Amino acid sequence: MTDRALAVVRAGALTTLQDQGRPGHAHLGVPHSGALDPGTAALVNRLVGNPASAAVLETTLDGCALRTRCTVTAAVAGAPCAVTVDGRPAPWGAPVHVPAGALLEVGAATAGVRSYVAVSGGFLAEPVLGSRSTDLLSGLGPAPLADGAVLPLGCPSTPSARVDAVPLPAPPTELILRVTPGPRADWFTPEALRTFTTRAYRVSPASNRIGLRTEGPVLERARAGELASEGMVLGAVQVPPDGHPVVFLADHPTTGGYPVIAVVRAGDLAAAAQAVPGTPVRFVGVRRR
Amino acid sequence: MSANLRILPVGDDALLVEVSSGAEAEALHAELSRRRSAGLLTVRELVPAARTVLLDGLTDPVRLAAELASAEIPPVAARTETAVEIPVRYDGPDLAEVAAHWGVAEEEVARIHAGTEFRVAFCGFAPGFGYLTGLPARYDVPRRGTPRTAVPAGSVALAGLYTGVYPRSSPGGWQLIGTTDAVLWDHTREPAALLSPGTRVRFVPASPGVRT
Repeated sequence: MTDRALAVVRAGALTTLQDQGRPGHAHLGVPHSGALDPGTAALVNRLVGNPASAAVLETTLDGCALRTRCTVTAAVAGAPCAVTVDGRPAPWGAPVHVPAGALLEVGAATAGVRSYVAVSGGFLAEPVLGSRSTDLLSGLGPAPLADGAVLPLGCPSTPSARVDAVPLPAPPTELILRVTPGPRADWFTPEALRTFTTRAYRVSPASNRIGLRTEGPVLERARAGELASEGMVLGAVQVPPDGHPVVFLADHPTTGGYPVIAVVRAGDLAAAAQAVPGTPVRFVGVRRR
Repeated sequence: MSANLRILPVGDDALLVEVSSGAEAEALHAELSRRRSAGLLTVRELVPAARTVLLDGLTDPVRLAAELASAEIPPVAARTETAVEIPVRYDGPDLAEVAAHWGVAEEEVARIHAGTEFRVAFCGFAPGFGYLTGLPARYDVPRRGTPRTAVPAGSVALAGLYTGVYPRSSPGGWQLIGTTDAVLWDHTREPAALLSPGTRVRFVPASPGVRT
């Protein structure tokens, strides 16, 4: 077989194509989207010799299985998981040679949530506003993977990088999110502001690519009434009327009408993408840079 | 306009600039867009909203905040390009409710809506969804008590003093007064969005049952 493609044998709970997202269109209501853990997406690309901009797969909790139609180099990192080629163990976090016709299996995450899969040549899909990312909120970009789908691949541009192993942070057992005060911190009582940065929260199972939802002490507002819709940044911590903070992730809406109590440092959001439901969360107040 | 900007830092590299009216927010967005086009402002996202403009992806937000605090914001200039015309059938399920709120006959709702010149104040909610302003204050309508789980694509709707068109089927709590076949969002088109901040819009009544 010569066609450069992979067939999806098992799509998994939610596997999407992701790249560096589609910045610059928030004023049209288009979320940034892109890999929730962009550092790991760039890393798996480097392991197979792709540019950082190539599209990768982002799995959710239970991996996926792909049958190759051509020889490829693949790499899996992010949430640790078993990787096999035709049932034989293969390394995680390192380049893997996969012959044509073989079954590449990305197992369930043994820790963390999202594994990233890069294949030499990168996954092709029709770009939307310059990006191949699946945007779950707006439905832009390719649909999430489905069993039986065929994923076309690009041509490898350079020989695979000679990187054998890479240091990777383990998924967090406790999620520490550094926060600066949000634009609407004054909508909350001093007690709520104190509670927010001193008490423990947990990652809610309702979390997704749009937001990391939390469970824990309810945050009370100092003022009632509605906030007019306003622009939202990545990492904004919005507090809806139920009082439970939601951290906006890559597929977050570009505007919203609930007050933002704080903003999470961008560098801490990759860990948020790997925090399984129930993980303790602490919001730690820091000064703006 | 000057001195009534409230500048709120957002994280390490964004600013939310708050003003006191929707018209001022439009003027501020127009001025910031002009500076960006002229190469005087480097910003990744410039997001106008009801009373604010968000500037995200700034290299030196502290310096820009100081600069904006004393900035002169000229009132929004009249746009010279022709208005986008959206054909609409006034056949929405909430027409009677809106007529009751306004204290007019149902046909009058269509006449008032189609007789108003709108402008896109800002976008959001979904790609291609514009919040259109232009209705006088007496035509304020509340959102529905219970939002619909699915509003059909092309629904022309009202909420508060805004009107908008649902680009695709989604849940929504706006009052539905009509239907259009206009394509609000098509990513294969350039530009993908029919409406962007500042665009002038007119609704043109089409007869019920006539495909436009």
